[in-house]
Amino acid sequence: MKISEHISKVRSGEIDILDHTHKILDQTKKINKEYNYFNTLSEDLAISLAKQLKNSDLEKLRLPGVPISIKDAICVKGVETTAGSKILKGYKPLMHATTVQKSIDQGALPIGKTAQDAFGFGSFSVNVGIGFKIPKNPFDKERTCGGSSGGSAGFSQKTKFAHASLGESTGGSIVEPASFCGIYGLCPTYGRVSRYGLLDYGNSLDKIGPMSKHIEDCAIMLETISGYDENDSTSSKVPTEKYTDYLNKDVKKLKVGIIKEAFGEGVDESVSKNVWNYVKKLESQGVEYEEISLELPLKYGIETYYIIACCEASTNLAKYCGMRYGQTDKLEGGFNEYFAKVRSENFNEETKRRIILGTFARMAGYRDAYYIKALKIRSKIIQEYKKKFKHFDALITPTSPIPPPKFSEIKDLSPLEHYKIDIMTVSPNLAGLPHLNVPITSKHSSEINPDLPIGAMLTTDHFKEGTLIQLGKE
Amino acid sequence: MNIDPNLIKKIASVSRLNLTDKETEKFTSDLQNILDAFKKLDEVDVSNIPTAIHPIDVKNITRDDIPKKCLSNEEALENTTLKKDGFFKGPRSV
Repeated sequence: MKISEHISKVRSGEIDILDHTHKILDQTKKINKEYNYFNTLSEDLAISLAKQLKNSDLEKLRLPGVPISIKDAICVKGVETTAGSKILKGYKPLMHATTVQKSIDQGALPIGKTAQDAFGFGSFSVNVGIGFKIPKNPFDKERTCGGSSGGSAGFSQKTKFAHASLGESTGGSIVEPASFCGIYGLCPTYGRVSRYGLLDYGNSLDKIGPMSKHIEDCAIMLETISGYDENDSTSSKVPTEKYTDYLNKDVKKLKVGIIKEAFGEGVDESVSKNVWNYVKKLESQGVEYEEISLELPLKYGIETYYIIACCEASTNLAKYCGMRYGQTDKLEGGFNEYFAKVRSENFNEETKRRIILGTFARMAGYRDAYYIKALKIRSKIIQEYKKKFKHFDALITPTSPIPPPKFSEIKDLSPLEHYKIDIMTVSPNLAGLPHLNVPITSKHSSEINPDLPIGAMLTTDHFKEGTLIQLGKE
Repeated sequence: MNIDPNLIKKIASVSRLNLTDKETEKFTSDLQNILDAFKKLDEVDVSNIPTAIHPIDVKNITRDDIPKKCLSNEEALENTTLKKDGFFKGPRSV
């Protein structure tokens, strides 16, 4: 059910918010038992907020009684928030993230914190923290949901009731799991949505965005969560828009560029074929397209992204030392011994790997060759995109070069092979550009892999989220 | 660039991580493979190109300096068992 249908039924009295909340929480628990989409369920919070809505004017709220799930890296007051890592087990934030507060203010009910790779370090949600469960693909339990917002994507696909999830992307963690689970995932412009209350991975890269089975839901959620926030110094003062208006805008005469390097070696045939079918469908609706070259982002994006992201992550994670929140230990030894003990016992392997890579790339003697060089290449990547947006309203690539792989295939990948799966998504993230996964195949409609979802990724210029919604509508 | 186990141990030490011998060996080989692949960036000419710390221009965004309610002492200490007399309790520093 779409959020708009839910709202109509709530306002007409057909849905009683409290009864409905109890019912969907039961369904959520059943789904979670089978698919591991949640790290924590926030049943008490959802029910208490549902009760409070009894005294509210439902006509004035944008999301009256709408259940939302929230990636575990986003703070929810009083609800365990771990970013999927053991080191934060037990941490209960003292405030809501701005995105969560804005959603609650409009009547939304947070039902739980969704599973993810620890701190967002992964593309398949298999790099979960020590003791955490791996979420399973809603179409095939032997396959990945994608990552790192894997729980958000899988649950969004699996629910029958109206629901949206707040995901987070640093290098593709909204669109890639959306693609693997056959839903919409909208990653906004950097700064469009406040990061206040997000447990950060890479400060210059992180964005919070909506994920849902319906593009209309994403538009409603984006209207709710976007806008300037004085608590986030990188939040933008560019005015927000009424994104739902774009659902009714014609796509005729919009011009899209199809990036030819995104259909080359390493891209699964089923992916190329289905994305091209989607382009032809857009053409039949009056969209003009042209094949173009965008070499730099596709050729150097992975390396540039991983250097910058790991450098930022290695500094961000320095604060986790087992003292003020999360896991603690017996106070033995000096500062360094204690911190090293807690960190070593509670970080998983991928977290340690990224801290080591990032620390190395920032060290004296290597900094210019890696970190500074990557920041300069990032400038060139941004410039290359900006030139294209003088001529095109949007760019199209596959979201992922492959359909969702099996866990048995993922376990044989080296870290480098793992990183390369992000080839399509890292560059729009480096450039802070808004991008959207459009689910272009559903179960039984893909000709080559009939049971697996495939997504097309639309990318637009900064603050042009409206065009994404206009082009991506169902 | 050759990565050896001593460099990995040095990085781990400044990162406050204790690595087992097995982890040191694994991360030595992983970092070597990753950096060999990242050498590709040498091909890109970046002369006279500025660094992009942020993807969009976000310089000098400030808020009015008005005092607001902040966390109480009890709230600030709520998330840890390591506390004493209203302070965080940490390991010895000297």
